[in-house]
Amino acid sequence: MKVGLFIPCYIDQFYPAVAIATLELLEKAGCEVVFPLDQTCCGQPMANSGFASYSKGCDKNFIQNFSGVDYIVAPSGSCVLHIKEHLQDKDEVKATYIKRHIYELTEFLVDVLKIEKLTSSFPFKVGLHVACHGQRGLHLSSMSELMEPSFSKPEKLLAMVNGLQLTKPKRSDECCGFGGTFCVFEEAVSVKMGKDRIEEHTANEVEYITAADTSCLMHLEAILKRQGSNVKTIHIAEILNSSIA
Amino acid sequence: MKIIPHAKAAAAFIKDEPRTDWHDETLWFVREKRDKAAHGVAEWELLREWASQIKNHTLSNIDNYLIEFEQKAVANGITVHWAANGEEHNHIIFDIIRRNGIKKIVKSKSMLTEECHLNEFLQENGIEIVDTDLGERIVQFRKEAPSHIVLPAIHLKKQDVSETFHQHLGTEKGNNDPQYLTEAARQHLRSKFIESELAITGVNFAIAETGGFVVCTNEGNADMGAHSAAIHIACMGFEKIIPQAEHLAVFLRLLARSATGQPITTYSSHFQKPRKGQQMHMVIVDNGRTKQLGRADFRNSLKCIRCAACFNTCPVYRRSGGHSYHTAVSGPIGSILNPNLDMKANADLPFASSLCGSCSNVCPVKIDIHEQLWKWRQLITAEGYVSTGKKIGMKGMAFVLARPALYRFSGRMARWFMRVVPFLFKSKKLNPWYRQREMPQPPKQSFRDWYKNNNKLK
Repeated sequence: MKVGLFIPCYIDQFYPAVAIATLELLEKAGCEVVFPLDQTCCGQPMANSGFASYSKGCDKNFIQNFSGVDYIVAPSGSCVLHIKEHLQDKDEVKATYIKRHIYELTEFLVDVLKIEKLTSSFPFKVGLHVACHGQRGLHLSSMSELMEPSFSKPEKLLAMVNGLQLTKPKRSDECCGFGGTFCVFEEAVSVKMGKDRIEEHTANEVEYITAADTSCLMHLEAILKRQGSNVKTIHIAEILNSSIA
Repeated sequence: MKIIPHAKAAAAFIKDEPRTDWHDETLWFVREKRDKAAHGVAEWELLREWASQIKNHTLSNIDNYLIEFEQKAVANGITVHWAANGEEHNHIIFDIIRRNGIKKIVKSKSMLTEECHLNEFLQENGIEIVDTDLGERIVQFRKEAPSHIVLPAIHLKKQDVSETFHQHLGTEKGNNDPQYLTEAARQHLRSKFIESELAITGVNFAIAETGGFVVCTNEGNADMGAHSAAIHIACMGFEKIIPQAEHLAVFLRLLARSATGQPITTYSSHFQKPRKGQQMHMVIVDNGRTKQLGRADFRNSLKCIRCAACFNTCPVYRRSGGHSYHTAVSGPIGSILNPNLDMKANADLPFASSLCGSCSNVCPVKIDIHEQLWKWRQLITAEGYVSTGKKIGMKGMAFVLARPALYRFSGRMARWFMRVVPFLFKSKKLNPWYRQREMPQPPKQSFRDWYKNNNKLK
């Protein structure tokens, strides 16, 4: 099984540890992983700001990089959702193949690789932040608004990690307020939303906040640091790949 | 009137953080009540699907259903008027008032009349119009607009209400007892009901099959008005039509549960025909709805039954307050309805969202609100209602991200600058990210650098 590793631009530049953990996890699970070297961005920052017409260059580059693999996997629900919903190309067959075979990491581990056991350990109290695009867009977990059976792919994986004590905030799936360029154009609301999420996690006395999306964590981390908090953020891939005894 | 953009108005709202927390928690409490009520209905998701399909069907056949409704309503003795826009709506009502020599009017909740600015119009013409919904009466005293379509005074605390009533109703200063304050409002409104000669109500559902209509309230104020006045005028946006009476069984179960978590509104009043000696009028309003119906991407926003579930769940609305949306209908649904009425004036609203998608999930008629917010963003920028700075920034970003070598160079440079001259990024004035957040720690190596350096290239 040939897996194309898609590392969103800001993870590539600012959070290489998330990408390394993702790569190692996939390799440990027996995948042949390739990292196409000319990949950049999914185009979401432009599209969500109302400039989808400007993201054609990203679309073209994405298709050039990710054609010819069986699956595409990324440690970001948001970027995956963007590709699934908005990737366009003159070559419709190629675009459609990519849209149907791109997976967020936790859904790939649970649904495609059908992982039932992990050897990882992470002996800390961890709060789970449910990222909106992964949840409401990719349906990685059940949603509090809908009357549906409860499930969660990220939680299923975290339950396999030794020593990890998982907690959930009072409002189990409220947005953190990152929202792409929303975080600067609606700065006041964005930060208030982030502070409120953090408050619910700190009420649970967590040591880490984790999520299946680095963008939410980048925003929460930035607020935590400004607050001088001891709480750290960590991507779920890093936990699943961890062997801290 | 100069419009303050949402982001700026929201920032002003949030400055009072304890009050913002209170506003957020109050509305979240309503959202939780909604969840509990919805959990009590095993077929909840099925009801939503039915409601959505009935509305879709109705919108696709709306011309026929409106004609059918008019025929039945006229046969019942209701006078039906058609208004192309808010101005026509206001003039139709004013004509009825003038013809009958009326000076005093009561009005129950109707977001349509807010949309058409009926109160201001009538007051300019010397007519006293009293809003009889308690929340609406409070904001009317304060010369404010409702901040929420179901809970119009939700931005106010009981202390604010006490002060307002002290000024306008002469209640004791500083008496914040809700029982005392509601009793004062009750006595005040009773006298208005008795004095009034004409009652205006909104419409929740109009039934094509019967020519009747349904008005839902919790306070019974629509009934008090309509039953005591000689003339009843019901105002409705044309999308409120439903084909058959049996469809109420779907909508009435969804409406109050979605709105407040109640199984049903205290009063769901059916108006069929005028009583003896009474005049009953129905004003059916377009005001941009035909245009919205013609927009393939946005037509299903007309499915809305005005329950406000999307307001209560919206993390942005809860932390920015209804007035920050500067429109009669605020919240997520307002952000997809108002650009249709005036794209330039409301160009900021589709951006007042993190696109979390919670609104679409609570919507009882399954409007894909967050997807329409995204689509409005595209249309608004295409029409040029965007700052030049943002446009240039996006163009530059797109240029870099479409060129792998340039992207890598820019990334390396950005990280280098952030490490070597971090103060460049630490301007609270120029960098909105940094105002209340730290910058990320830039690593020396990108993942791609690491990948190449660690012989991962086989």
